Amino acid sequence: MNQYFERRYIIGGIFITLILVLLGRLFYIQIIDDRYALYANKNVIRPFIQYPARGTILDRNGKILVTNALVYDVNVTPKEVKAFDTLAFCKLLGIDKAEFDKRLAKARKYSPNLPSPFEKQLSPQLYASLQERLSEFPGFRSGLHPIRSYPDSIAAQFLGYIGEVNDNIIAKSGGYYHLGDYIGISGVEKAYENVLRGHLGIKNMLVDSRGAQMGSYANGAFDTQVVSGEKLTSSLDLHLQKLGEKLMQHKAGSIVAIEPSSGEILAFVSTPSYDPNLLVGHDRSVNYSKLNDDPYQPFFIRPIQASYPPGSSFKPLSALIAMEEGIITPQTTYNCPGYYIAGNRRIKCFHGEQHGTVNLASAIAESCNGYFDMVFEKLINRLGPKQTDSAFTSWRDNVAKFGLGSKLDLDLPSEGTGLLPKASFYDKMYHKGGWRSSTVISLGIGQGELGATPLQLANIEATIANHGFYYKPHLIKSIGERQVIKSEYTVKNYVGVDPQYFEPVIDGMQAVVERGTAVTSKIPGIIMCGKTGTAQVNGVDNSVFVAFAPRENPKIAIAVVVENGGQGASWAAPIASFMVEKYLRDSITARPSGIDPQRYMNADLMPDISIYIKQQKKQLRRDSIRQARIDSIKKAQATKSATNKNHKPAGTNYLSALKPKDDE
Amino acid sequence: MSNQQRSFFFNVDWLTVLIYLALCTIGVLSIHSAVFDPKNASIVDLDTNYGKQFVFVIVAIVLGIFILLLESRFLSALAPAIYGITTVLLLLVLVVGRNVGGNQAWIPLPGGFRLQPSEFAKFATCLLLARYLSGTNVKVTEIRSFAIAAGIIFFPMILILLQPDAGSTLVFSSLLFVLYREGLSPYFLILEGLFITLFVLTLKLNNLPLIIGSIIVITIAIILLFRRNRKLMMTLLIGAGILITFVLSVQFLYTKVLKHHQKERIDIVLGIESDPHGKGYNVNQSKIAIGSGKLWGKGYMQGTQTKYKFVPEQSTDFIFCTVGEEFGFAGSVVVLGLYLFLVLRIIYIAERQRSPFSRIYAYGVASVIFFHVVINIGMTIGIVPSIGIPLPLISYGGSSLLSFTVMLFILIKLDSNRMGMIYA
Repeated sequence: MNQYFERRYIIGGIFITLILVLLGRLFYIQIIDDRYALYANKNVIRPFIQYPARGTILDRNGKILVTNALVYDVNVTPKEVKAFDTLAFCKLLGIDKAEFDKRLAKARKYSPNLPSPFEKQLSPQLYASLQERLSEFPGFRSGLHPIRSYPDSIAAQFLGYIGEVNDNIIAKSGGYYHLGDYIGISGVEKAYENVLRGHLGIKNMLVDSRGAQMGSYANGAFDTQVVSGEKLTSSLDLHLQKLGEKLMQHKAGSIVAIEPSSGEILAFVSTPSYDPNLLVGHDRSVNYSKLNDDPYQPFFIRPIQASYPPGSSFKPLSALIAMEEGIITPQTTYNCPGYYIAGNRRIKCFHGEQHGTVNLASAIAESCNGYFDMVFEKLINRLGPKQTDSAFTSWRDNVAKFGLGSKLDLDLPSEGTGLLPKASFYDKMYHKGGWRSSTVISLGIGQGELGATPLQLANIEATIANHGFYYKPHLIKSIGERQVIKSEYTVKNYVGVDPQYFEPVIDGMQAVVERGTAVTSKIPGIIMCGKTGTAQVNGVDNSVFVAFAPRENPKIAIAVVVENGGQGASWAAPIASFMVEKYLRDSITARPSGIDPQRYMNADLMPDISIYIKQQKKQLRRDSIRQARIDSIKKAQATKSATNKNHKPAGTNYLSALKPKDDE
Repeated sequence: MSNQQRSFFFNVDWLTVLIYLALCTIGVLSIHSAVFDPKNASIVDLDTNYGKQFVFVIVAIVLGIFILLLESRFLSALAPAIYGITTVLLLLVLVVGRNVGGNQAWIPLPGGFRLQPSEFAKFATCLLLARYLSGTNVKVTEIRSFAIAAGIIFFPMILILLQPDAGSTLVFSSLLFVLYREGLSPYFLILEGLFITLFVLTLKLNNLPLIIGSIIVITIAIILLFRRNRKLMMTLLIGAGILITFVLSVQFLYTKVLKHHQKERIDIVLGIESDPHGKGYNVNQSKIAIGSGKLWGKGYMQGTQTKYKFVPEQSTDFIFCTVGEEFGFAGSVVVLGLYLFLVLRIIYIAERQRSPFSRIYAYGVASVIFFHVVINIGMTIGIVPSIGIPLPLISYGGSSLLSFTVMLFILIKLDSNRMGMIYA
């Protein structure tokens, strides 16, 4: 013992203090701070995503419309890349050195240890030449990747297309989509995305510090199984669709065919069309911009987005509403002098033809404008001159029940509503009380401010075929192996017209084909009931024909619109008759009138491109004036945020006239 | 008087031996967990660090028993010779040493083993320091004795710094505790504490005027507070001068002398530059391993951080990660508790010696072990710069284990003879 004996306590105290400091810090990082446990999991648990196969889409008879094909990608694992002949590699892929470095950097950023795509969807030729030399390029391997494949190249607008997700979609998906995933962009692919995409499988794997897999985490307790997308059975008839697309080639227009007893859409033709295979594969983006820039707008889904004045095809509907309202009976006659005088207007029958005394059926068969002007005037005036608008509103409501002026809620995105004005529309156009039956008389013969999509036209025919109700038209018959049918598709939607009033109208429609305007389209042995129409849009006559067949126990209701086709009888009716016969008989027989499908397939009726360009220029001018006006308003109301939401960019044209105003 | 009839194990401090064995066992088990490879599982495999450490422990225990059989009276006399041999080895390693991880610290031996002379230098220095300070007429309060004692400590430090092995060099600074116990002015301890604080502040704040200004202001404040005490005033003025010189030299050393990788290591701990994937990777992964252990740990051999090799050098310098991750805070308390108990036990042993040689030597052993523990564990949890020194008895490494074994068992042997003659 010596004099510094007590210093043992100071030294001991220092030892204890410092050990306690260490323990305090350990307490903090091990017990208080949760971050480290999270980091450790993040380090060691890596979720591996297994991509489900996207669901296939079949036609109503189980034939494939779209399926998956495998294509080759080149993947790169940056860590394994060693020095090699970069130049040769770049030359093979057709990229330059800068692009090579950019892609490699992107892959390295994603993960140095995991493979990521370097070049996607190689053409078979490129794959063959690359595969031979791939061993010269360390770190690069080929990988398989499923893409959509369309064996018959049909129904492009119906099926739609898929594309890579963008940042916005990824952010909104709540973690479902990842960079490089595909999503339905349009058509059925978009409408049924949730069903088609299936469920991602996630395998939680343990990895070591170099990213090598060391087995599954917690024996797979937190894994999810990969579930393939559901198979969709569509309502389309592949053969009918094919014929329809052939008949409509070199033409702009639509065919919509519906099975009246179910609402299933049998054909959904929109032309000009494109080969859906163009939107997959290596050249997708090039093809996409080419199609997008096409002035005829192949991406425009005419059956649901174009809106035409129904013209004379509206007449059966007029007659039904008038009978239901007690304005006419089937026996009501009218003596047609070749025109009708409404107020101080004189409305001519087509070509000024004098029909003489007509009843309901013959008025439909002969398409007598006078008769229906008379009916419409009686209808609107029945409450007296002071009550024009309430009589109009009741007429409008009756028309609306047939599905005009609103969406039919088809299972396809971007459906238009058509056009069915309200009384307030005319109040604004003239002034309240400033319009009478004679002012809006053209509505009675399906012209003026009326617009219907081809789908709506076909649905009206299905309603007439069913004597007063329709099933919601739909494109997908059933979902998955279990053939689930949505319950909303089994509900009858009544249009508020007593079944007894349909027979006289159908008589007239049968006469249209038997001896009336569409007599050349008569199908031997099949009773087809139809109605021709001519829809004028911006001075272009569009040929319209609506029909259903056979008369007893109808199997198909159809609407055909051929833009720039003149009268309904000339193009739309024959095309409709071929479609009907093909569907009912599976073949097309020789016609007494001598018409033959081949001629219709070959005919080129594409509206003159100058119409489009002229319209485009007009539109551009209008847009620029409107833009200038908007700008000046904006400046004037600097405090208000006055923006015109309805403003459409330049570039819409003739087609914009087909699009209803409230189409969004 | 030694009695030939007595057992060799008479008076052995079994508690210390028990702690020693516990720590060695924890070491072998931790190394086993750290290096375990499920693909090549085998209980004892001499090719793995675990297998080798197992052999080292057996060799160490045999060596320990051998030391207990020795006649301890020669130890004091042998001290200069042991110190001399170590010095030769330290010089030799600079010539024939193998460079591992930037340090030329190992002499290759046959059979794939390597000798790390700096580990034995600690033990040799403790011995010679004890021998010198226990001599008659030697007082550390006298300038000449202090200079010689400091020389004994500094000489191996310089040789080790040449390797360069900064970690092992710093270990010798812990011997300041020994000098303090033997009468060195407490100012040296206070000064060391201030040095460490100012070292951190200088590099972290990188603002010389502020730091030097603060030193001057605080000094003046204290002088004004105790203005009657003239002696204190002088001490404070000298102290302030030393501190300012120190701050300036730290700044100079850091910017002009230190090598890039040394600067980086200091930067990481001080949080000057944060880069968890680059140079801070080791410490960051080590913190994740220990932090993710929570209270009870993930279970033996269940630590994912260590098992999947996220922590580098996990069987040597970062072995504590395995303890922290697999046994949690509970395991950390046990291991730190064992070390604290060991060093306090050594102090207790030291103070019961009649021989100053034994006491001084014991304090040396306690200081070196304590320094290793605080720096190593402090490093794994990111509060001390990562300077690579092993965790005594637990870290993988034969030289380290054998050197600590020799140190401890010589102490135990000296202690067992505490009732005997005082050798000087």
